[in-house]
Amino acid sequence: MIPPLTVAIGSMITALPIITDYPILPPMGLLVVLAWRLIRPGFWSAWAGFPLGLIDDIFSGQPLGSAAFLWSVVFILLEAVDRKSVRRDYWQDWLIASTAIIFVLIGGMLIVDFRSNVPRLDLLVPQILLSILLYPFIARVIGSIDSWRVAS
Amino acid sequence: MAPPNNRRPGFSKRAQYSIFASYLLGILGAVLGLLLLLISFVDPRGFSALRTAGAEVMAPISKSLSEIGGATGSAGDEIAAYFNAASKNAAMQRELEKNRSEILEARALRQENERLKRLLKLDEEVPDSIAMARLISSTASSSRRIATLGVGSSSGLEPGQPVRSPEGLVGRILETGPTTARVLLVSDGNNVTPVQRARDSLPAFATGRGDGTVDIQPINIGSNPFKTGDLMITSGSGGLYSPGIPVAVVIRKTETGAIGRVLANPAKVSHAIVQPIFQAETMRQIEKNPVADGELETGE
Repeated sequence: MIPPLTVAIGSMITALPIITDYPILPPMGLLVVLAWRLIRPGFWSAWAGFPLGLIDDIFSGQPLGSAAFLWSVVFILLEAVDRKSVRRDYWQDWLIASTAIIFVLIGGMLIVDFRSNVPRLDLLVPQILLSILLYPFIARVIGSIDSWRVAS
Repeated sequence: MAPPNNRRPGFSKRAQYSIFASYLLGILGAVLGLLLLLISFVDPRGFSALRTAGAEVMAPISKSLSEIGGATGSAGDEIAAYFNAASKNAAMQRELEKNRSEILEARALRQENERLKRLLKLDEEVPDSIAMARLISSTASSSRRIATLGVGSSSGLEPGQPVRSPEGLVGRILETGPTTARVLLVSDGNNVTPVQRARDSLPAFATGRGDGTVDIQPINIGSNPFKTGDLMITSGSGGLYSPGIPVAVVIRKTETGAIGRVLANPAKVSHAIVQPIFQAETMRQIEKNPVADGELETGE
C-alpha cells in the first residue's frame, strides 16, 4: 500500500502554494512512480500506470486521462525494456527515467493543445532539466522508504 | 539495479500467457486513458466534480501554507530565470538598445495611460467585488495555466466571473467548489480575452501562450499597428469582463500581431478580486461612463 500512496502524495504536490506563470514544478508524482518502477521492477503490473495516472490527473490540471494514458504507455515500454535487458546499472536507470520524463512532459503539453504548442516546446526545457536533476534524489528517498517498508 | 532473472518466460506456456495478459492489461489502461482524454475534450467540464473534490480536499493544506508561503510564489520564476539567463540577457541587451530611442515616446504614452486610468478610475474603483481571496495553488507542473482561489461557491462565486488584481486581469472562474474555485489564467492557451488598445480602442484578441505572455491579434487582420509599450485593456465585448481592466503590455511585434506580457503576474498577486460577470451591469456602466459606450461599439 505504501508505494501507491507515495505516488499519490507526489501528485498532490501541486496543492502547495507554488504559483507560477509557466510550467516549472517537476512532476513529482511521475518522478516517484518512476523511482518505484525502476527500483522494484517486479512489483508493478503493466496496468498500474492507469490508476496512478488518473490520480495525478485530478491534481495536475491536465485534461483528465492525460497522465493515465502517458503513464500507461511508460509502464508498457518499461515492461518491454525489463524483458530485453539482462542487467541495468544506476546510470541506465537515470537515462530511462530521463527519457520517460521528457516523453511525459512533452506528451502532456501536446495533449493540451497540439497545434499551438508544437512551436513552443522550448518552454519545457527548464522543467525537464529540473526534473531530470531531481530524479536521483527522489530515487534515493524512495529507496530508503522501500528498505524501511521491506524491513517493517 | 538488475531486474530479477525469473522474469524470462522460457518455454513455459503459462508464463508466456501471463506476460501476454499483463501487456494486454497495460494496453487496456492506455486505451482507457485515451477514452477519458476524448471525453475531456468533448466535454471539458465533465470531470470538474473530480478535480473540484481534489482541490477541496487539499484546500486546508494549500490555504494554511499560502499564509506563510509568500516567498515560494516567485521561486519557480527565479529558478526559470536562472536557466534562461543567457538568452534573456542577450534579448534584454537588444531590447535596451531599441528602447533607448523609444523612451521619450514611452514617457508620453505613460502619461497618456495615467490620464486614461484616472478617467476610468482603475486604481480606486473596483465595481462590486463579490469576494477577495488569495490564489492558494496553481498547476505549476502542467502546461495548462490554472490557479486555485481560496473561496468558492459558498461566497457567491460562479463559473465565468472575472478575477482581477489591482495590477490587472488575472483570469476567470472555471470551476467552483464550496470553498475553492479554479481560475483559468489569462496566459492559459485556451483563454481568449477580448482586448483593445488603451490609446485608441483598437480591438484585438489576446490568447494565452502558457508562459506569462499573450498573443495579441488585431481583429482587422492585415494591419499590424502595435508598438512596443502599448497597453491592452479589456474591451468589454463578449460581456464577460468589464471594460478597462489592464491586461497586457506589448513587448514585441510578430508578423501578424504582437506578444504582450500579462500585467497581473499570478505569482506576485497577493489578493485577487472576483467581480460579477459584466453583462448584467452593462447599462449602468454606459450611463455612468460615456467612454465605455464608445469602447463597446468599437469592441463589437
